[in-house]
Parts: sequence; structure tokens; C-alpha cells
Amino acid sequence: MRKIKAAILGPGNIGTDLMLKIIKKAENIEVVLLAGIVDGGRGLELARKMGIATSIDGVESILADDSIEIVFEATGAKAHLANAPRYRRSGKIAIDLTPAAVGTYLVPAVNLDGNLEGDNFNMVTCGGQATIPMVMAVNRVTPVEYAEIVATISSQSAGPGTRANIDEFTQTTAKAVVAVGGAKKGRAIILLNPVEPPIMMRNTVYCRVQHPEKLEEIRESVARMADHVRSYVPGYRVRLAPIADGDKITLMVEVEGEGAYLPKYSGNLDIITAAALATGEKVAERLLAKCS
Amino acid sequence: MTKIRIIDATLRDGMHAVSHQFSPEDMATIAAALDSAGVDTIEIGHGDGQGGSTFQYGFAKASDEDYLKAVSPVLTKAKLDILILPGIGTESDIELGAKYGVKVVRIATHATEADVGAQHITFTRSLGMEAIGFLMMAHMAPVEKVVEQAKQFESYGADTVYVTDSAGTMLPWEVTEKIAAVKAAVTVPVGFHGHNNLGLAIGNTLAAVQAGASCVDGCLCGLGAGSGNAQTEVLAAVFDRMNIDTGIDLYKVMDVAEEEVRPRMHQPQAITKFGLSIGWAGVYGSFLLHAVRAGQQFGVDPRDILVELGRLKTVGGQEDLIIDVASRLAAEKTQRREKSRAAHT
Repeated sequence: MRKIKAAILGPGNIGTDLMLKIIKKAENIEVVLLAGIVDGGRGLELARKMGIATSIDGVESILADDSIEIVFEATGAKAHLANAPRYRRSGKIAIDLTPAAVGTYLVPAVNLDGNLEGDNFNMVTCGGQATIPMVMAVNRVTPVEYAEIVATISSQSAGPGTRANIDEFTQTTAKAVVAVGGAKKGRAIILLNPVEPPIMMRNTVYCRVQHPEKLEEIRESVARMADHVRSYVPGYRVRLAPIADGDKITLMVEVEGEGAYLPKYSGNLDIITAAALATGEKVAERLLAKCS
Repeated sequence: MTKIRIIDATLRDGMHAVSHQFSPEDMATIAAALDSAGVDTIEIGHGDGQGGSTFQYGFAKASDEDYLKAVSPVLTKAKLDILILPGIGTESDIELGAKYGVKVVRIATHATEADVGAQHITFTRSLGMEAIGFLMMAHMAPVEKVVEQAKQFESYGADTVYVTDSAGTMLPWEVTEKIAAVKAAVTVPVGFHGHNNLGLAIGNTLAAVQAGASCVDGCLCGLGAGSGNAQTEVLAAVFDRMNIDTGIDLYKVMDVAEEEVRPRMHQPQAITKFGLSIGWAGVYGSFLLHAVRAGQQFGVDPRDILVELGRLKTVGGQEDLIIDVASRLAAEKTQRREKSRAAHT
């Protein structure tokens, strides 16, 4: 069966983990190129070992190859802002794992269906991927006036990209809590904890709701949504089932990484690469259907 | 005569002690009085800095902008200061401050995470304001690490670097060791911010000054997170006895504390058993009132919650973990009770 050719820009933790996930799981995509701008490093070396082409000419090497239809951007927000128009001009579809927020926000458990027409899809942030399904799960029971999410990740799993883009992280997540989660207002906070051994990614979701008395329905909806997310992020679980305090609903979810390439505490990286893979597969499915 | 710069944080750290409920008018009154008493720098805002008004940290009485709008016009000499915790506050909060004449921005990160503040320090400097790097929970990192992180702050352009005892758990000789090491490693001024959970806020501040700190924090009436901060009016008196110039008029600053702050306090700033537990367990001072509330909500001793949070090595800002820990302790308590009931029947 034909597969859609994809390239990954950014051979860091995220790009490398995504590459391995595609090799292992994808049915509709194949990685044909892992590109960076500096030689050396584990990601490029691993790609070569696995027989995947690599380049240190960055975005240029991707644009030069017409057979590549999908580009996964695993660099930083600034890089994607510069690259996005170039992908568009060369007819490539971008799946953006940075918080640049150029394209449509996509959270697979919430809005994958019916949103695949564009040519640029943004994976929001790891915190957004972990919490927005939960905001939506509460909002489908009772309208959420205000949702606030707090993502706590281990310092060890926060790479230079996350650290340099911490404002973009909170701003993009807050916007997507509204745009995808359905809350009327959104807010996001990110915290880093350096403890050894490293903590799992932990997310708290607070919602101000119109009908807190519907707690049982909210709990049921949250459990159902967690099952849905687990279908593409196996380590996703509810740590604190929703509790009500006045009109405030509080719940917590934890994300354990698959532990394939990155350690298990890197659930924050796992959930965003899993979301990118789920999105990429659907986009590729659409492209394949068009050709046949 | 030696000079020491005092940054008064009554209207920021002190907000924790009143659950962030000072009104813009309260802030304007106290700030004007601090200004006329000669305090060098006045920090205002939510206890957790700009953008801190949330479910996670408690909603403030007014917006960041309303506080800035109220305080900015009443200052004549004192520099207006705001706090940014990257991950909570953003560059747009710094921009808002600049619009209201803020002169100093303190960028606070956990003691090992200085690099998340790089963009905010650069941005603050680009707007022509003073940037202070603020290493929180300094007791959790070894001396070499604190030195390395302070040097990073300096490399991003910080005008001053702070060693902060957010948990009020450091002992005087630990303060001496860390301040002296940072002082030897950087060329910018070094600051210290102490808390009083072990009754050591003033003593630790003196240790810091002796070790080379030239910028220290205080709050009127010792207000602040946990068991509060070093008491500004006491610092003014002690430094005067030491022949150190702070620029503060002692009688005036005592009057502000007594007449403007004390009547607005929700409870006396004492070392309660819960505040003491924070200092003893080494947890973030701001957890205090949240842990007391969670203790009531879940029927567990707040001290058990705080000690568990210490064992888990939580850092500043992780207030959401308080509910998690309290609910877990409550469940364990129920289990134990059921087990003993089963054993009796």
C-alpha cells in the first residue's frame, strides 16, 4: 500500500520520538527525512542507523524534495513562523509541534474530524493536549465559563525549546482551551519541578461551571474522554476524579510516557508526538483517498 | 557609611497573608506612606506576581492593572516594582508594567531553572527597566548550583541577583555560605529575601548582609507568605544601629506599619504551628493558607499535608498538589479507620 512521504524538521527529543512512533505505528505515513541544522546528536545518528535519510541543511533540504507531502515541525515557535509560508508555497502540509499557532489547533480526541481541510495544523502544546479534552468533557455536560489549566512537568523533560518559549506555551494553551475546549475564557500555567527521580507530567484542570450539581455526569464524561485519549496516548489517566467546590470543578490527569525512546517521565513529550502522529495519519488518509 | 537597598514587598508578598485582598486604595495609601518614609523600591501585585490571580493561587481583589493604576501616580521617589514568575506571568505583563511607570521587574524562577527567565530579563532590559533575577527555594539546591544559576541570570543581563529563602527554612550559616559564594562569582549586586517560619528572617538577613548582600527585602509588620518576611521597620532600626544607611526615616516607617498596615491585617503575623511546619519541612511559604483550607475540606491535619509536600520536594507554584495530597491523606485515613473497625468487630 502506498504511504505518504513525510519529513521531520528538528532532530531533538520531540522530533526523534515522533520519528520512532511513525516507524513503529503509522499505517499511512513514512518518514523519509530527518533534518536539522547542526550535525551530531542522538536523533540524527539514530535515524542513520535505521536507514532514514538525514540532512543538516534544515528546512531547505525539505523544500528541495517534491515527494515530501507532510512536514512535521519539531523546532521552535520562531522557526515555524518563518517556515510556514514556505511550506505552503511548495504545497506541503505542515503539522506543527511548536506553540507558533499558525494553523488550526488540533487535539485529536476533540476536533480531529471535520477539521482536516487546511494545510497547517497546530498541536497546541503538551499541556493543551493533556487538558483540553478534559475541558471539553466538562463543557459537554455544563457550560464552562472559565477554564484554568496547570501543567507541571519534570525539569528533565523540558528541553531548550520549551524553556525559551514559555510565554508562547501559556498563551497558546490558553487560547486553545477556549477555541477547542469550548470554555468562554481560558488561562494556562506551566511549572517545572527538578526533583529526582523525575515526576510524571501532572495536569490540573479547574473549571467554573454553570451547573456544578451535575458532578456525577461530569465524572462519567471525564472517564469516557480519558478512555478516548488513552486510545492514542496509552499512559493517560485521571489522577483525581472531578470534585466540586462551589461552582469550581477540579480534576487532575497524569501522563506517563510510553518509554520507547524517552524515559517514562516524559509524558509531556509523548502526548504531543502521539497527537501529531494521530493527526498525520488522518491527513495522510485524506491525501491517499484523493489519489485513488 | 555603608548603604543597603531595601525592597519593600508588603504589597506583593504581604498579599499572601490577606489572601490577595488588599484593594487598590489600600495599596495606594500604603505605597504613598512608604514613599514618604524613604523606602527605595516598592513591589506590588498579587502574591504570586503578575498574572497570579487564578483558581490555582487565589483570585485577587482587583486586577493587576487596577493596582498599577492606583499606585503608580502616588510615588514621588520610590521605584515601582513588579514580580514575574515565568510560566505564570508573561512579557505582556511586563509591557503593562512599563506602561504604568514600573522601574524594576523581578523575574523569579526555582533555584535550578534560571533559564526559563532569560526571555523576560532580556525583554525587561529592552524596555529600559531594571531586571532582578530571583532564585526561589534556594535551600533546595547545593551551593554550586545556586552559583551557576546566579551566573546565568547575570549573563542574561540581570542587574541584581537574589538568593531567596521562600520556605523560611535556611539557617544563618547556610545563608552566609550561599550569599558569599554568589557574591564571589558575579559582578552585579546580590540580594536576599528571607521568611520567618523558623524565627530567623531578621537574623538571616543580617547574615546575608555580612556575607556581601547589598539589597534585601522586607515587609511592614513582617507580613508575607508562611510566617511572613523580615519586618521592614525592624530592618530599618537594626541597620541604623549598625550604622548602615537605608534612606528610611525610622519613625515614619514605624508609623506606616502601625497605622496603615496593622489595621488591614486579617490575623496577627505569628509563627503558628502551620507556619512553623512550613519552615521545618522546607515547603513553599505560599502553601500555608491553601493547606489550612484543604485540611478543613478533607478533614486532615494541615501539618501532615505540608510535611508530605516537603517529602515530595514540591516547588513554588505547585498549589494544586495540596488538594491531591489532602485527598490522598483523607482516603488513607478512611482506610485505616475501616480497617480498625473491621478488626474490632
